[in-house]
Amino acid sequence: MEHEVRVPITSDADLVLARAQGRALARALGFSQTDATLIATAISEIARNIVVHVGRGEIVMRRIHEPRRYGLVVVASDTGPGIPEIDAALERGHTSAGGLGLGLPGARRLMDEFRVETDAGKGTTVTMTKWRARDELERLRERRRDRA
Amino acid sequence: MSVAILQQGDYLIASIQFDLTDSQVLELRDDLSDRIGRSRVRGLIIDVAALDVIDSFVARSLGSIAITARLRGAETVIVGIEPDVAIAMVQFDLDLEPFQTALDLDEGLTLLDRRIQRDGEDGA
Repeated sequence: MEHEVRVPITSDADLVLARAQGRALARALGFSQTDATLIATAISEIARNIVVHVGRGEIVMRRIHEPRRYGLVVVASDTGPGIPEIDAALERGHTSAGGLGLGLPGARRLMDEFRVETDAGKGTTVTMTKWRARDELERLRERRRDRA
Repeated sequence: MSVAILQQGDYLIASIQFDLTDSQVLELRDDLSDRIGRSRVRGLIIDVAALDVIDSFVARSLGSIAITARLRGAETVIVGIEPDVAIAMVQFDLDLEPFQTALDLDEGLTLLDRRIQRDGEDGA
């Protein structure tokens, strides 16, 4: 199972690919159908931000592993002009490209962790994570595998 | 063809067949506005079950289709919103006022029949 997926974002067709890949990876990591949809929706929003505001960028999705939980991390990066008023952009209703300003705040609410680093003239990186608790059975299986 | 559109009596039924790109969503919006303008449509049903996600852009586009339809005297019913998609939509504080929703095509047709019949009685 591949645990890192990289999707270059250059057009709106790449949004379809990015959310399909995000859903597939989420399912492969054991996320529920609902969580996979939440992740795919958040990916769609941040990928669209890249297409609309910058034109090109990249989305990398990977698994992270902790003793009691799994996570899926999505990193969306671009080398565009940066987001000038990032605090406002994270508030509902703030918009710069004719939208309703629901994209970034919506994506933030769909995920468990959400961080934006933006640098004027250098670009923007959005890092967001969804966690999934590992159940007893999985932990038991891993302990057995580690011992073997 | 990514969306099958057919007219049945006074109703227009648009069945989305695959996940759509943003530009295909906009094409659908323009196409439906155009058809509603040309034919005497009283109701519009959009089946969105094939959409992978309904994010803020898709929801906004569906809303503007519904508003356009209403200005032409037609009601819009969105059918086929999957439970997991609905849970995601809740996070966006969307304005769901412009359109009605129903579980599937059958219920969408029943809803339109009821609404349009009632409007007719009110006018009588």
